[in-house]
Amino acid sequence: MTDTTTVLRNTFLVLVVALLYILEGSTDFWIFSGSWNSTLTMLNFALISAIMALGVNLQWGFAGLFNVGVMGFVALGGLAAVLVAMPPTEGAMAAGGWQIMLGLLMGAATLVLTVLVRARMPEGWARAGATIAILVIGFFLFRSIFDPAVGRVEAINPASTGHIGGLNFGGENYRAWGWMTVIAWPVGGLLAAGAAWVIGKTALGLRSDYLAIATLGISEIIIAVMKNEDWLARGVKNVTGVPRPVPYEIDLQNDPSFVESAAGWGLDPVTASTIWVKIGYSLFFAAFLIVLLILAQLALKSPWGRMMRAIRDNETAARAMGKNVTARHLQIFILGSALCGIAGAMLVTLDGQLTPTSYQPLRFTFLIWVMVIVGGSGNNFGAVLGGFLIWWLWVMVEPLGLWVAEVTTAGLDPQNWFAIRMAEFGAHMRLLTMGVVMLLVLRFSPRGLMPEK
Amino acid sequence: MDYLNAIVALANFVIVPGLAYGAQLAIGALGVTLIYAILRFSNFAHGDTMAFGTAITILFTFLFQSWGISLGPLPTALLALPFGIAITALLLLGTDKVVYQFYRTQKAKPVILVIVSMGVMFVMNGIVRFIIGVRDIRFADGERFIISARDFKEMTGLDEGLAIKTTQAITVVVAIIVVALLFWFLNKTRTGKSMRAFSDNEDLALLSGIDPNRVVMVTWMIVAALATTAGVLYGLDKSFKAFTYFQLLLPIFAAAIVGGIGSPVGAIAGGFVIAFSEVTITYAWKKVLTYTLPEEWAPDSLVQLLSTDYKFAVSFAILIIVLLFRPTGLFRGQSI
Repeated sequence: MTDTTTVLRNTFLVLVVALLYILEGSTDFWIFSGSWNSTLTMLNFALISAIMALGVNLQWGFAGLFNVGVMGFVALGGLAAVLVAMPPTEGAMAAGGWQIMLGLLMGAATLVLTVLVRARMPEGWARAGATIAILVIGFFLFRSIFDPAVGRVEAINPASTGHIGGLNFGGENYRAWGWMTVIAWPVGGLLAAGAAWVIGKTALGLRSDYLAIATLGISEIIIAVMKNEDWLARGVKNVTGVPRPVPYEIDLQNDPSFVESAAGWGLDPVTASTIWVKIGYSLFFAAFLIVLLILAQLALKSPWGRMMRAIRDNETAARAMGKNVTARHLQIFILGSALCGIAGAMLVTLDGQLTPTSYQPLRFTFLIWVMVIVGGSGNNFGAVLGGFLIWWLWVMVEPLGLWVAEVTTAGLDPQNWFAIRMAEFGAHMRLLTMGVVMLLVLRFSPRGLMPEK
Repeated sequence: MDYLNAIVALANFVIVPGLAYGAQLAIGALGVTLIYAILRFSNFAHGDTMAFGTAITILFTFLFQSWGISLGPLPTALLALPFGIAITALLLLGTDKVVYQFYRTQKAKPVILVIVSMGVMFVMNGIVRFIIGVRDIRFADGERFIISARDFKEMTGLDEGLAIKTTQAITVVVAIIVVALLFWFLNKTRTGKSMRAFSDNEDLALLSGIDPNRVVMVTWMIVAALATTAGVLYGLDKSFKAFTYFQLLLPIFAAAIVGGIGSPVGAIAGGFVIAFSEVTITYAWKKVLTYTLPEEWAPDSLVQLLSTDYKFAVSFAILIIVLLFRPTGLFRGQSI
């Protein structure tokens, strides 16, 4: 394909996706709701999904690393948003917070000691014995320091706090310090990067499908920790009221000058305030996405990016040229996971709450993979386009499913087996559609909508 | 000190549930390992294949129940199982024709097949949700217990009870039958031998005139039988919920890899290793220790190494340890 046709084709694709979003806001014909509010909600989630897709594209498209643990990194990002932007719980640090830290340090020290001992001692029964002894003693020491402290922290007003809280120093008035959540985004990236370093160190040497299983496992464990360690972020009791960088609707509605300018646009204050808030979020997210996209694009074009693709295409040759494949893989695994962490922190900011039970692998891992594959792995713009397109589909499949159910069961007795199944079908059609789309793209257009150059 | 009660408590809470769970994982892992040995990819859709087979079996169970057919003390699902297997086999053969065959003839990289199996996983998950929904379904009927804790206490006069559920006994018996049949098939029949030859060296097998399409077809049929059986046994023992089956993927993969992926004996061993580690590490040992230790040493806490919510962490930790120190698994499966 020549350059001009590629440019034309890509512009066309972008316009089509843009049109899909515009239709949702502008018409209530067929499956569209005709509400700009709904378009903006969709757009905000799409912006976040696009960042996740960018992260997966770094790992898979640039380096061929098969990470099926996206959900875990996204959840860690979300955790960071709580740990940074929420106010500290009064007395929690004194009651047991420091002791929890000490316990965790103790656990980490045990692992470090094990690694050191294993490196220093000759192989044999003595080393195996020493390893087991250190691990067992370390584990019980860790539990004896950690457990009582956790009990004391969780006992502090469990109905509303019962966790160590965050770093927001606004105190009572912490909601006014909404900009702290924006700081939490890169922190979420750092947290995810830290986890990725540990995982990468252990699992990156494995073959591709073992890496997939290892990352799948890690992400389940991260979610299990977030569900059960109440002292950290209240577990399944959820943290709500995470501050946000944009104004609250209710404040806008009480602000006479805002109501006046809304009237100037011909909008009632309630609608105007919700739309205004959502646009605020969109601007924040879009700014981050653009910066990250530019960075990813610069990375792709740089000698570093070329080296990455060389490693991906022929690892042996790259190794023979003196490239440190393992180190490069670790690097890009960390970078990609960091992007997922940033997106995870943004997601919690947008929702205003952290709900560990909402992290489902189909939604946060496999859906992102569909985005990257459909968009075009190896192409940053493709991944972003895929993010927007697949998110639109993910949302719109539900009304589409209801419409299909209505058409196919028209004239049937509502007690009919098929009619009953179809009535539930709208909600379940998502997975089926995503699977079919993914299989079709893999089969007929394996390089995606915007192929790598 | 009361060793008899300790042993009974241990059997009731660790050994019996561990055996049943281990047998379920072993049959699941056998399916994964067979696909890996013959088709050479890790099938991410296996959990959802199990869910599909179970869903079909449940529908047949309900049908038989509505006709008034039952197996007396045994669950009706056993009667419905062959029908579930047949339909699952049709689904898998269809999937192979429509999806996998294309990549096989192209000789695509294994990682592509893994991604494709993710797509298949989505579709199957959608189908399962369509035919049976997302509810938690209990479909075990017949006698609930072979021996209940109360009867056991009355019979033996011990303080501790030992309950054996019918489903647990069935799981172990069915698992033994399935494994015996599978090994007889792989070692004694012509088709089974050609499958092993294909797994060991594809090119040599093709040169010897083995029909690859037939090998692949038979493999999918066996996988359907294994996946459905594993799914139905798990569902009888606990309950059926589509999402739980997806989550079983991790322990099943762990079992297959720990045993040595591609090795059937390894898959069985791996299943029990994973199951017993999960159960022993998440079991609260207080009771057993109170019986066995002298009174002054009796523990105050539950002596539970990890809470049950971390059972995934256990199978995962074992998986990582095996991958790092013995990548071919316990039974020297296919490496790299």
